Amino acid sequence: MSNEITFSIDGTIVKGKPGQTIMQAADEAGIYIPRLCYLPELTPHGSCRVCTVIVNGKPQTACTQPITEGMIVENDTPELKEHRRNLVDMMFIEGNHFCMFCERSGNCELQAMAYRLGILAPKFPFFFPDKAVDSSHKDIFLDLNRCILCGRCVNASNDIDKKGAFGFVGRGIHKKIAVNSEKNLKDTNMAVTDKAASVCPVGTINKKGTAFATPYGQRMYDEKPIGSDIEAKNK
Amino acid sequence: MDRSLQTEVERICKACGSDRTRMMDIVRAVQEKYSQVSDDAINLIAKSVKCNRVEVESVVTFYAFLSKQPKGKIVIRVCNDIVDKMSGLDRVAQAFKRELGIDFGQTTPDGITLEYTPCIGMCDQAPAAMVNDEVITYLSSDKVKELIDDLRKHYDPAKLKHRLGDGNNANELVHSSVHNGVRKKGRVIFADYKQEAGLRNAFAISPVEVINEVKNARLRGRGGAGFPTGMKWQFTRAAEGDKKYILCNADEGEPGTFKDRVILTERADMLFEGMTIGGYAIGAETGILYLRGEYAYLQKLLEKILTDRRSKNLLGKDILGKKGFNFDITIKMGAGAYICGEETSLISSCEGLRGDPKTRPPFPAQKGYLGHPTAVNNVETLCCVARIMEMGAAWFAEIGSKGSPSTKLLSISGDCRLPGVYEFPFGIKVSDLLKEVGADDTQAVLVGGPSGQIIGPNEFHRTICYDDLATGGAVVIFGQERNMVEIARDYMEFFVEESCGYCTPCRVGNVLLKKYLDKILDGKGEPQDLDMLKSLGESIKVTSRCGLGQTSPNPVLTTLKNFRGVYEKKVKKYADGLQPTFDIKKALADAEAIANRKSEIYV
Repeated sequence: MSNEITFSIDGTIVKGKPGQTIMQAADEAGIYIPRLCYLPELTPHGSCRVCTVIVNGKPQTACTQPITEGMIVENDTPELKEHRRNLVDMMFIEGNHFCMFCERSGNCELQAMAYRLGILAPKFPFFFPDKAVDSSHKDIFLDLNRCILCGRCVNASNDIDKKGAFGFVGRGIHKKIAVNSEKNLKDTNMAVTDKAASVCPVGTINKKGTAFATPYGQRMYDEKPIGSDIEAKNK
Repeated sequence: MDRSLQTEVERICKACGSDRTRMMDIVRAVQEKYSQVSDDAINLIAKSVKCNRVEVESVVTFYAFLSKQPKGKIVIRVCNDIVDKMSGLDRVAQAFKRELGIDFGQTTPDGITLEYTPCIGMCDQAPAAMVNDEVITYLSSDKVKELIDDLRKHYDPAKLKHRLGDGNNANELVHSSVHNGVRKKGRVIFADYKQEAGLRNAFAISPVEVINEVKNARLRGRGGAGFPTGMKWQFTRAAEGDKKYILCNADEGEPGTFKDRVILTERADMLFEGMTIGGYAIGAETGILYLRGEYAYLQKLLEKILTDRRSKNLLGKDILGKKGFNFDITIKMGAGAYICGEETSLISSCEGLRGDPKTRPPFPAQKGYLGHPTAVNNVETLCCVARIMEMGAAWFAEIGSKGSPSTKLLSISGDCRLPGVYEFPFGIKVSDLLKEVGADDTQAVLVGGPSGQIIGPNEFHRTICYDDLATGGAVVIFGQERNMVEIARDYMEFFVEESCGYCTPCRVGNVLLKKYLDKILDGKGEPQDLDMLKSLGESIKVTSRCGLGQTSPNPVLTTLKNFRGVYEKKVKKYADGLQPTFDIKKALADAEAIANRKSEIYV
């Protein structure tokens, strides 16, 4: 059996290995597929849906779909761009995001994705939900106003830290992240050195005392758009 | 902590083998006993089954019939499906409020909680309500008064006085006011059949031959998706794994469908026979019937039928003398979550998790229940299997239309004289159907429930089958006086309530669709809102993770397409270019309160 699978993304021929997902093969090939909940070291969550691509005519998430020989993947199309803009818009209006004051600004993947997709202001009406801030832990604070329910903290704490410090509660629009205690994060065994403390793509899980350590202008996405590191492999 | 709570919760957990996968049984039992699953109870359960407390909390907060906050000993859940609204729900709801002296969402001092609940599968006898597990149908304001007076005499829903329904509804184990409402018996499900003949015929041939027979009959899943059953079984049989499972999806939650309810009431033996044949075909030793919480009133009857089958050696070891074929069926209960009708959510729920759908691939046939190869089939599908094995594939395939063999049960409700369950051959025209059910002045027909399509008279020539109007069984009829935008909005409200919230488009997008519809119905809609509905609806359909979000925009998109004029009449262009939804005075209210003076500019 061949140890290589050949398929195409937007007409470009890509070679991947058996067992890889579209996202993994694309990343190696230097083709950036926009994503938010995906993090290579975690089990794919497939919840943000930003990496939706069209595979042989059917929508699939690139982070969960295995590659097969000869599959035709559409990624950078006007339709998908519009869907992604709608998704990112939804994440903004679902919570209370305040980029200009957020300590994560410039390092935030949601903000960076909005810029990459050309969103300057969401077009949908804001929900302005009443969400809690938990600053009980000595080293970490949680601000659910900025949570996009990507599940990275849940998976990192379960699978890497083996602590299960986070979980999802509620359903539908009331679904939210909860900590593994009756009330606050301080009552869990979460530590600032845990993987779960450093995987948040937005400003929900923050390490106390580290804000603004890097000045504006020198932050992760200040100069180059999100995904440039992957695309650089292709240059 | 209360010592008695500790003893009792520990007892409940122990009775369930402290088995993490039996979480649903545990939390349901705790809820029943204490009318809540409190933080203390959550801690105790987590300790007993050895999991994190947040895992228990995530289950408790997912299902509508479970609650962290205390509820009354008696919970009255009034069904607020559209058909109930069309049948006088408003007056019934007022009567409940008046008689109980509380509003919806509240509990009386004597422990009766009043709530709304989405479709409970009684659309042909609406308005209906559940009093704990008891179902009361054909409600009126007078009947509500009688009901509450009666209830307050004994506070025992099982003792409520009502007329018993027909058939097994009158069985002492069911004791329900529900009636079957079978209006038309076809040749497959409701015709006379020879019990266990199918099972015996199956045992006479090999499992692979059984699968071939089902394939030759061209049986497709009756739940709505229409996947070929034989192929599903073939995949499950071929998948690697020593343990295999067959699951019956008895979670019919699609608003307007109630045909599985009738099968479960009157044809449970046929269903269990079908499951047993399925178990034999795929090589499973365990079958699970996942029963929606709303049908808990049928649980005792179904358990009894299973016990009878065990005593007749139709379940258990070496069934009917077939050496080496051991198979048994257990019932798992849902707790009020429409999403659990989605097959991977159903599996999650059976595993004792929140009813989130799973990532596919892997498909259940490869990795399903607890990671084992699993076939999930609809109630009606499994009954078809029993008939195929009794009568043969050729007999089955000959009924119906060319592309869609056999019959289909339809649950008909709404604006017609003869609502109920009909067994029609596939290929029936919508117009013929309307004639048969006594619908004269029809504006629109919803085929396949809100996740299906809403069509107008110019499409009544279309046929019900897999190649044209596919349906899991729900048909709702709307007369001329109904407001189609309002109907779309109400169905969106249902999806907002029932989305599991896992993925962004379904969680947020459905709320947005409803907001735009509210705006339009409020008289503040603008022409561009219609484009926004369309763009948003498309994005939700394309990007959602499971069938719920992939179909939830349908009520909006199909009414927008087929009843565009109704929408256009309701929107207008605002000449000043201002947002009609923005109320400057309302926006200033807080600031005015803080400043303790009124705005001088916006008076």
